Amino acid sequence: MKAFAELLDRLVLTPSRNGKLRLLVDYFRATPDPDRGLALAAVTGDLDIPSVKPAMLRALVMERMDPVLFAYSYDYVGDLAETVSLVWPGPEDETEGISVRLSDAVAQLRSAGRADGPAILARLLDRMTISERFATIKLVTGGLRIGVSARLAKQALADFGGVDVVEIEELWHGLKPPYRELFDWLTGKAGKPELSAAAPFRPVMLSNPVQDGDLEKIAPPDYAAEWKWDGIRVQAVAERGVRRLYSRTGDDISGAFPDLLEAMDFEAALDGELLVGRLPEHTGTFSDLQQRLNRKTVPAKIVQQYPVFVRCYDILQEGKEDVRPLPFIERRKRLEAFVGTLDPSRFDLSPVVPFDDWAELDAMRHEPPHPIIEGVMLKRLDSSYVPGRPKGPWFKWKRDPHVVDAVLMYAQRGHGKRSSFYSDFTFGVWSGPDDAPELVPVGKAYFGFTDEELRQLDKYVRDNTIERFGPVRSVRAEPRHGLVLEIAFEGLARSKRHRSGVAMRFPRISRLRWDKPANEADRIETLQALLD
Amino acid sequence: MQPHELLQPRPEGLYCPPGDFFIDPVRPVQRALITHGHSDHARSGHRHVLATRQTLDIMALRYGPDFAGSTQEAALGETLSLDGVSVSFHPAGHVLGSAQIAVEREGLRIVASGDYKRCPDPTCIPFEVVPCDVFITEATFALPVFRHPDAAHEIAALLKSVEQFPERAHLVGAYALGKAERVIRLLRDAGYERPIFIHGALAKLCDYYQRRGIDLGRLEPATMEGNNKAAFAGEIIVGPPSAFADRWARRFADPVACFASGWMRIRQRAKQRGVELPLVISDHADWDELTRTISETGAREVWVTHGREEALVRWCELAGIAGRPLHLVGYEDEGD
Ligand SMILES: [Zn+2]
Ligand SMILES: [Zn+2]
Repeated sequence: MKAFAELLDRLVLTPSRNGKLRLLVDYFRATPDPDRGLALAAVTGDLDIPSVKPAMLRALVMERMDPVLFAYSYDYVGDLAETVSLVWPGPEDETEGISVRLSDAVAQLRSAGRADGPAILARLLDRMTISERFATIKLVTGGLRIGVSARLAKQALADFGGVDVVEIEELWHGLKPPYRELFDWLTGKAGKPELSAAAPFRPVMLSNPVQDGDLEKIAPPDYAAEWKWDGIRVQAVAERGVRRLYSRTGDDISGAFPDLLEAMDFEAALDGELLVGRLPEHTGTFSDLQQRLNRKTVPAKIVQQYPVFVRCYDILQEGKEDVRPLPFIERRKRLEAFVGTLDPSRFDLSPVVPFDDWAELDAMRHEPPHPIIEGVMLKRLDSSYVPGRPKGPWFKWKRDPHVVDAVLMYAQRGHGKRSSFYSDFTFGVWSGPDDAPELVPVGKAYFGFTDEELRQLDKYVRDNTIERFGPVRSVRAEPRHGLVLEIAFEGLARSKRHRSGVAMRFPRISRLRWDKPANEADRIETLQALLD
Repeated sequence: MQPHELLQPRPEGLYCPPGDFFIDPVRPVQRALITHGHSDHARSGHRHVLATRQTLDIMALRYGPDFAGSTQEAALGETLSLDGVSVSFHPAGHVLGSAQIAVEREGLRIVASGDYKRCPDPTCIPFEVVPCDVFITEATFALPVFRHPDAAHEIAALLKSVEQFPERAHLVGAYALGKAERVIRLLRDAGYERPIFIHGALAKLCDYYQRRGIDLGRLEPATMEGNNKAAFAGEIIVGPPSAFADRWARRFADPVACFASGWMRIRQRAKQRGVELPLVISDHADWDELTRTISETGAREVWVTHGREEALVRWCELAGIAGRPLHLVGYEDEGD
């Protein structure tokens, strides 16, 4: 438990991806089975432990300390799990903990029933150090929140075993914690595990953005074009009675889409875009789709109101045949025939867009026939379906991102090599009446500028600070005094969590508008107009 | 004699009317007794200063030789009489030269702790419990959430990180008086023998500690010729926390920001400061040390100052000890 707790402590505060990978790989190397597999499951969210409600945790700690002192403590720390881990009357010293193995702790927590759960948790906490207590409480209250995605964990496994991450992704859904056969393979003790599960995930093929000079090197007749839809990329797999919907990174998201799963009465693996709407005529926006995302289960009313469908791009498996090695043009024929047999309210085809030359396609890219098209895809007719992001066969050519002029409001110090610069910038647009406008924050960006521009921004922040809270500085931002930033972003969704009511996707600073007066920056209405 | 007749808060600091002196006054006074060299306790400009040898030396290093009209050295454990008030200095275990000050008259003894800690520190003499009627305690970390781990454990985490990330420089933020020297000494105790690089602001005090017989090993200035960022890869650099926000920090290769402080116990604090490796090493007593110390002094009354008073006053209430906050102005911890 000690090593796992230390790993969590470090992951939370390590900003860089490479740093996180190193910590994970070192942990897998130094930790025996089954503990490392359980830790992996905890990180990927696949560890099954009966959960403990915050109220119960609070009750446990109240039996052990004065409520007034607890209130002072909780008020200061702000996080219940952390407060309890600190004030729990356990061993005084980090070094005095009677070491509890992660696997023992997990086994005990799993054995707990409704009645004895609290007592079992309390007994464990009694034997643990502060960090271990924190890790344990996070495990039972759900949500480690350590900034490590399942994808990153899989990459760490790949680095650890010296294999391609695609191999891990392919195997993943047939494996169960503590993943002993996986670690046996990665450490060379045994061969690669057999792909056993039905309806496994097939690692997806990704495209590269069209960059300057790319198009001169390729010929229009060699490529098919399709619209790029602004939903989420999914893989719908149905085999031998097992139906699964996967995200692009191989996460099983079936649970949130019972309506779609019901319609998956086929034997195949399809690649497509998950969208909301009523076929054939209506396709919803990304903010409609958001009503259905990031849920484990979904209320019937939401299913009714926001039905989902898949707009198919490709076919990877047809019956018993793996069609990935076939050229795109062959797969496309198979796909067209196959989709014709499916429920038309749940599956349709992403149409091929005919074009003669790049200029024509470029024009269509800028004037797409539907607002939720975010550009075009180019696919080489003779390309087979290969996992990863090979350069050449597939391109994405996005319509220009949205741009607004916003005013710099807050700046925060960056991480790692940027830690001495103010490099994370919160910006806002104007709202309220014209004669008394007020800035409302609409997003945060930390890239898009050059090193030289970063230095200028850093200096501007230092020279115009009006208030400091910890690493954050509030910067002078008034109609007659403020710095205008041109912000490019990919999309916009309605958001209840933001005061402005909108959330930007992938905002970045595209230009510093030293020349533009702050009162000429955009108003919130401009953004609201983009929502519909 | 009532306790408040012996010591009482005044705008200048804690005042003893019968002895006509102040303890750690924040403004220039005639006669000052100083617990230790941190700048919120030890200020320049007093007419007369009474303190331990090391505290006087440290004040001279920081403010120049003319920091006071005259000075007198207080030997630990020796009793002096100031206008009929007995005064004695006792080790506080906080930083080199730090002392508690016991003030006694007509059988009433009050001990002003200054800043203190109970865990072992290789750079100063350990805290000594002085039985008293009234104990004036600091309260920097006076919340049950503050429980400092063994410092050696934190140093081990630092050394492990240096091993794990050999291509990066480890920048350790530590306050100049006490913490920096302690961290360096702890690294040596853990067997770390490479040169340790220090920011210029630490040089004088590190040098003084070495002269007082505290071996810090080989220290080198954290300066470099040209722009060879890789030069500090795999090395440990110690500097005052304030230096981390400015240009100075930009010279190092992809630094791991570490901060040695009791505040690092709270994750959100570490996150807010952009600290990647928090080292929970404190020169102030944690909650368990504070409550244990109050019990051990046998004091029937406790005055709480210098930090978060409310939780410790509550604890006293539960323990049946008269506790009250002592509102002294001007103390902002120089550093932990
Ligand atoms: Zn101090
Ligand atoms: Zn102090």
